[in-house]
Amino acid sequence: MSAASNGHGPITGSDRVKRGLADMLKGGVIMDVIDPEQARIAEEAGAVAVMALERVPADIRREGGVARMSDPEMIESIVEAVSIPVMAKARIGHMVEAQVLEHLGVDYIDESEVLTPADEANHIDKQPFTVPFVCGATNLGEALRRISEGAAMIRSKGEAGTGNVVEATRHMRAITGGVRRLTQLDPSELHAAAKDLAAPYDLVAEVAELGRLPVVLFTAGGIATPADAAMMMQLGADGVFVGSGIFKSGDPVKRGRAIVEATTHFADPEVVARVSRGLGEAMVGIEIDTIPAEQRYAGRGW
Amino acid sequence: MTRLPGERLDRRPAAAGAPADRADPADAAPLVGVLALQGDVLEHTRALRAVGVRPLPVRSVADLEAVDGLVLPGGESTAISRALGRAGLDEPLARRIADGLPVLGTCAGLILLSDELVEDDALPRPGGIAVRTRRNAYGPQTASFDVRVEVAGLDGGPMDVAFIRAPRIEAVLGDAVDVLAEVDGAPVAVQQGARIGLAFHPEVTGDLRLHARLADLVRRRTGR
Repeated sequence: MSAASNGHGPITGSDRVKRGLADMLKGGVIMDVIDPEQARIAEEAGAVAVMALERVPADIRREGGVARMSDPEMIESIVEAVSIPVMAKARIGHMVEAQVLEHLGVDYIDESEVLTPADEANHIDKQPFTVPFVCGATNLGEALRRISEGAAMIRSKGEAGTGNVVEATRHMRAITGGVRRLTQLDPSELHAAAKDLAAPYDLVAEVAELGRLPVVLFTAGGIATPADAAMMMQLGADGVFVGSGIFKSGDPVKRGRAIVEATTHFADPEVVARVSRGLGEAMVGIEIDTIPAEQRYAGRGW
Repeated sequence: MTRLPGERLDRRPAAAGAPADRADPADAAPLVGVLALQGDVLEHTRALRAVGVRPLPVRSVADLEAVDGLVLPGGESTAISRALGRAGLDEPLARRIADGLPVLGTCAGLILLSDELVEDDALPRPGGIAVRTRRNAYGPQTASFDVRVEVAGLDGGPMDVAFIRAPRIEAVLGDAVDVLAEVDGAPVAVQQGARIGLAFHPEVTGDLRLHARLADLVRRRTGR
């Protein structure tokens, strides 16, 4: 691309542009899809982006084994099928899966605990990439560590594939409560807060000033109904990821659309009530206590 | 008031020393809406306040009828288009724009204001600017870019702006459209009467001179 008139030429991959795409997704729903047909249904339902993956978390959970990046062919078929942004998942710490996804031209990479971690100590160094990353977090310190590594968007982890919103609630409250506590501290107390959060001081001070994360905060992991989505928005989410909740339900077209509408009008119970009518079967939910600790995804990553 | 996505998480107004997301607007200032169905509503709301008008997030027909001007924000044009129809805002919005409501559309907003779309012409939208536009014309997110661009009629040098999965105006369809700026030979800022369409995001980079132009158009029309 040649230089623009009278100024600096185009610069790709800046933090501003990477975070900027997430800013454009605010107030929207990002849906897990496993094939082009589901991707088109998601776009038609009003999704702002799709997450391309071979198995939704509920199936990964049921089938077990090592979960990896999806087949490039499958990801490309979804990129071809829709005009909205396409995200895809890389394993925690697997920089080569991320390089492959960037090469394929996905719009966002999710360094995801839903896949089996490839590195138990280190996450991907995300700064050098041109493609932006979204990462999961269970609390404020974890969110800030991911941002320090270069994440341009954060999602609360929840517990994917359960259809149970309780963990999403826990993580959203941990992150937003952590932010609110920082805003109340004296500046001299922020250094100790950074130590306690195990997060860089500069980011801690920035959050204390902004009263929010410096990047967009979505929620994920267990959202199954329009009311779940609206609840997460009322708890301070900027948007919603829905994984298994749509295509594991009885009527994905109707439910997808209903979750989108409830996210848009999250403060309006009349809308949430209207779209919640006659949705058919929700996905079967799982009590968190019945999942053995080693099979819970939220504990992956640090 | 409902929290806008992206807004501060501590809602206590005027917390000591905290920068206010919602400074009190002057009561006499014109009311300018930001279509608040999806996208970067917050950035535009701040921009409007900074140029001296009262912002109103528009989610309903009643909101829309109350405003003297409107911003169609960045976001996903397909999602915003569908949300317009579901909220019953599609026809009222098209009518108000046709009646001369001053309006500024950025990125997805430009797509909604375009009279013709390449490939996606079935996308329901109000239109209002006689251009033919291609959605997401620059490629995937890795091709999104920051750039400085000279805009006709703006004092103070080129604008510092972001193109994010941006649309491209492929043709201007009539004499009524003024091209305000070009990048690589393609128009990226156009104006037709009181309607301004931008392929980029000045609200992301904080250069608010075109928001000020919208505010001027609104003041001229309302006499306030």
